[in-house]
Amino acid sequence: MAAKATKPVMTDLKGQTLVTLRTLKEKNPAALSTYQSLGGYEQLKRIITEKVKATEIINQVKVSGLRGRGGAGFPTGLKWSFMPRYFDGTKYLVCNTDEGEPGTFKDRDIIRYNPHQLIEGMAIAAYTLGARVGYNYIHGEIWQDYQTFEAALAEAREAGFIGENLFGTGFSFDLYAVHGYGAYICGEETALIESIEGNKGQPRFKPPFPASYGVFGKPTNVNNTESYTSIPWILQHGGQAFADLGVPNSGGSKIFSVSGHVEKPGNYEIKMGTPFADLLAMAGGVWKGRKLKAVIPGGPSTAVLPADKIMSATMDYDGLSKAGSSLGAGSMIVMDDTTCMVKALKRLSYFFYEESCGQCTPCREGTGWVYRVIKRIVDGQGRMEDLDLLTDVCNNISGRTICALGDAAATPVLSFIKHFRPEFEYYIQHGKSMIDGK
Amino acid sequence: MLEIEIDGKLVEVEHGSTIIDAADKLGIPIPRFCYHPKLSVAANCRMCLVQVEKFAKPLPACATPIADGMKIFTRSKATVEAQQSVMEFLLINHPLDCPICDQGGECELQDIAVAYGANASRYAEEKRVVVNKNIGPLINTDMTRCIQCTRCVRFLKEIGGMQELGMVGRGEHAEITAYVDKSVNSELSGNIIDLCPVGALTSKPFRYTARSWELVRRPSIAPHDGLGSHIEVHVKDNKVMRVLPREKESINECWLSDRDRFSYEGLNSPDRLKVPMIKHNGAWVETDWKTALEFAAGQLKDIVNHHGKDALGVLVSPNSTMEEGYLAKKLAEGLGCGNIDYRLRQTDFRMDGKRVGTPWMGCNIDDLGKLDRILVIGSNLRNEHPLLAQRFRKAVDNGAELSIVSPLDNNPLMPVAHKVIVRPSDMVNVLGQILKAMSGLQRLSLCLPPSLNQWLEGIEVRENTQAMAESLAGMGKDVDLVAPRVGIFVGTLALTDPRFTELYSLAEAIGGICGAKGGILPSAANSTGMHMMGVMPTSPTGMHARAMLEVPRKSYLLLNIEPELDCQHAALAKKAMAQAECVVALTAFKSTALDDADVLLPIAPFTETSGTFMSMEGRVQSFAAVTKPFGECRPGWKVLRVLGNTLGLPGFDFNSSEEIKNAIFGGDKPSNVVRRHLNNNLKELVEIQAKIPSAGLQRIGEVPQYESDPIVRRAASLQKTKYNIKPMARMCEALMKQLGVEQGDTVLVKQEKGSAVLQVRLDNHVAMGCVRVAASHEDTISLGDLMGDIEVEKITEDQAQFMRTAIMKALSE
Repeated sequence: MAAKATKPVMTDLKGQTLVTLRTLKEKNPAALSTYQSLGGYEQLKRIITEKVKATEIINQVKVSGLRGRGGAGFPTGLKWSFMPRYFDGTKYLVCNTDEGEPGTFKDRDIIRYNPHQLIEGMAIAAYTLGARVGYNYIHGEIWQDYQTFEAALAEAREAGFIGENLFGTGFSFDLYAVHGYGAYICGEETALIESIEGNKGQPRFKPPFPASYGVFGKPTNVNNTESYTSIPWILQHGGQAFADLGVPNSGGSKIFSVSGHVEKPGNYEIKMGTPFADLLAMAGGVWKGRKLKAVIPGGPSTAVLPADKIMSATMDYDGLSKAGSSLGAGSMIVMDDTTCMVKALKRLSYFFYEESCGQCTPCREGTGWVYRVIKRIVDGQGRMEDLDLLTDVCNNISGRTICALGDAAATPVLSFIKHFRPEFEYYIQHGKSMIDGK
Repeated sequence: MLEIEIDGKLVEVEHGSTIIDAADKLGIPIPRFCYHPKLSVAANCRMCLVQVEKFAKPLPACATPIADGMKIFTRSKATVEAQQSVMEFLLINHPLDCPICDQGGECELQDIAVAYGANASRYAEEKRVVVNKNIGPLINTDMTRCIQCTRCVRFLKEIGGMQELGMVGRGEHAEITAYVDKSVNSELSGNIIDLCPVGALTSKPFRYTARSWELVRRPSIAPHDGLGSHIEVHVKDNKVMRVLPREKESINECWLSDRDRFSYEGLNSPDRLKVPMIKHNGAWVETDWKTALEFAAGQLKDIVNHHGKDALGVLVSPNSTMEEGYLAKKLAEGLGCGNIDYRLRQTDFRMDGKRVGTPWMGCNIDDLGKLDRILVIGSNLRNEHPLLAQRFRKAVDNGAELSIVSPLDNNPLMPVAHKVIVRPSDMVNVLGQILKAMSGLQRLSLCLPPSLNQWLEGIEVRENTQAMAESLAGMGKDVDLVAPRVGIFVGTLALTDPRFTELYSLAEAIGGICGAKGGILPSAANSTGMHMMGVMPTSPTGMHARAMLEVPRKSYLLLNIEPELDCQHAALAKKAMAQAECVVALTAFKSTALDDADVLLPIAPFTETSGTFMSMEGRVQSFAAVTKPFGECRPGWKVLRVLGNTLGLPGFDFNSSEEIKNAIFGGDKPSNVVRRHLNNNLKELVEIQAKIPSAGLQRIGEVPQYESDPIVRRAASLQKTKYNIKPMARMCEALMKQLGVEQGDTVLVKQEKGSAVLQVRLDNHVAMGCVRVAASHEDTISLGDLMGDIEVEKITEDQAQFMRTAIMKALSE
């Protein structure tokens, strides 16, 4: 079965710098032939047949300045160098396509429109890191796209780009697609590993890190979909070219998933360091001609920024950090001036309350506590001391759990209250929203 | 060694330890819930967070390995803040109703909340409620109290060998539960009550009967198997309220089997015999001690005088104390009678007189975990030795290869490398194959009797026994060991087999070649002690337990037994007691099983007497009474002493159990005496009857673990577990087909002269050609040997009705 070639229902490509979504301009973006017509799989063939040294590849990745696109922004080249070179047994490669945070939908478009570049990227990584088996763990709620990826895998296998004895060199790499069942926590790399093993998706305590104890207890490299997909481009054009797309400390281009109150929501792959204002303009600006109120720049686990702060920010790691938030997975949620921040926070805290895995006490108990207090405020039963209580509870969750979900749950609460405290106070005093009066 | 600093104190700790290890060793308290030294580290409760220099966030002490030069602060502001916040989180959804919680007063959450928590809660929202689960008759659940530490989950998976509990749901909806419609069936399940740091899992039998602070805790020794587990008996108003494990790393670690934990209910059973009783014109009459003892002594004397000294038979329970056994032996000797035995469930006595010393398990319990290769012969480990099985599991977890030769294929809940499941009579041949393969591998010419050598020559080694021999020789799938530590153990199914001599001798020979440790795994608390004291036929003409029943005696003295339930051959035992002129029973219970007795002398069970047990590893352990005797009960040793006095026998002037113990060990240190006695070798290799008759169907008469002795049989809650099912004719599918029967069919099971009406049950754990019919149950007391030939015949319901009446009639005659 050939990969399903969906016509892109995509945003205007003008102004975008397509690296990981480079097939988008083509007619049949997901097809193997399309990808090959753009030079696809040539890098894989080159490095395997020419036996390019792993250190050289890792060096190119380091030069490229590629940082983990899943949210943490850890330098990919550095991560690769942690994999033990010599290991008596199978090493594994895992791709994290389990994006589950509200407003995150970039990896979905990669496996939907450009699956082969991801496959090539993973195969290159496997060659570089000596992994024999790979898994792409796909979020459980994007079933069609999972099937698209399976079809692409079949094509690649058929064409001899994955499987046994690639290009007759003796190098073998088996790649499998695994789908989850929609749990947000399975996007955490060790929970994802547990889930691949067939266990309940719960994060493991680190150390040991996956590089020494990953899938089935074996050394494992876990990267985000967008990170792997960047690799073939980096090897084709050189690490420096990738770095040059962006700004210092934030190499390359990056997909931003823009959602919320804009005219043209969707994915925009743009150069790192692009001013926010430009991105907003690409997305058609705030809808209905309304005013911008706030933006969550990297997904709900990153701090919300009020309009003035975000308008002067650039879209890169340092730029957003300077503005008081972080790049995260590049999931921008834009809010216009009709948004009630109290109600918005209630919705966000409900997400984390439902998605906490329940393993660590502070997160299990704290997310429920926070949600109930905010819900009580929204129900008109708020007390002034609730705001300090929320802050305190969130500080107590933050940094005291096995994984980062606890921190992620605390961040929106702390930042919403920090930037929009008067709105919360009004709601408590009047029992209704300052914005919509309801 | 690494040098670190905890709270400003410079200390050296071992490489690889965690912060909590180091702190525990130094006696620095760090609060914890999910951490348990015997379980894997979960690091989920977050209670043990501590501040460590150079780390921005507090780290969990249980999961953080020590690094050289680490500076740890367990009482700093950051640490205390972290711990207080976790405590607050733990309590928001926990019911704060300690006064009505059974755990109150001995609750880790309560204690730590007092030490690390705030005075009041800031939580004013609705609390979570979790539906309770029914996980069986032993453990009560109160799931709203659960703090999701997962100790119970990890215990059942890692120690119990099977994950019977798990956490389902996410976040606040996460709850601990069993499989749908399943209870927790582990024979070690009670330990999760101890492990649970809150009142989520509490003891069902104990529930709401006492407060922990009302209980007096007294140490004792577990009386149901040969392990010698240390226990703590909790007593209120002179009544045993519950039993908990007492930590003893080298024996029971911190665990206890359910049998040892919940059997105490039997002590408070309505069956307890309160006063001495004499049968008068066929009816039981209560009497006083003086009358009863004089009557008993008079009867015994009469019998001996009129029918000769050998007209008496003395049957002693292997669960009796050494002191009781010693005096029973002395009494028999005083009367000039050589008929005494404790080996009630043995049929093969051909090794008598040929042993060098007392057979034992051949190594320390603690050594089991360090073995590389293990061969278990004829043992349903989890049934016979519930807690010891866990030690084998540990060995296998550590990489040992386990081989099993048995007629039963019950899952030991650990990976089995090699197994041969055959009829009991074929086990001899299988061991012969292993021996032959083994000698081939080691290129040894064996010094075996010619007849055995000849027999071995005729044996054909099969692939599976060859593999087993190779495993025992150290060859392995993953790692080849040149000098593996091997253990070979002979279990109860072999001990009760009529071919025990062959099985034992071959096991010895195999062990000799591969330099194995090991020996027998006796099933009772004091089997080893009884053997060492020689509570066995004392004169050349003396009869062993089986002979005393086969050739009925005029009179019997029973110590702590119910003959038809505790003896190998129920029908013979029943008949012998019925025929006897006088049966004197020293017993804690009055039941139909003792209806054929003439005098009942109420003696104290282990909780009401002082005494000594010797465990299977030769450990001599004395204990004191934990309560006063019930009613007119007296310690068995006192009763025997006075009986001796009344009979006018010399040497019965003991004033305490310690004096008897001294006499047993001749004033020497017990361990010195034990060391001299324990020896698994045979003086000469017993001539093996190579030709094993292979008859038709064979019975496997296993004693279910909760039927093993009079106390357990009366423990109500244990009797409600799934292990307590009526005896059935269990057989594998192939045999069912061969016999033309189906699951649920009624069959007549005939053994020797007796028969039983039973239902057919599919059990693919039973070797082909065998029918598993449980013993120690009133439904099967007409049957014969535990291991013997048996016939199965399908009958109609009408015939079944008729047969049941006929069997009942035959029994009462």
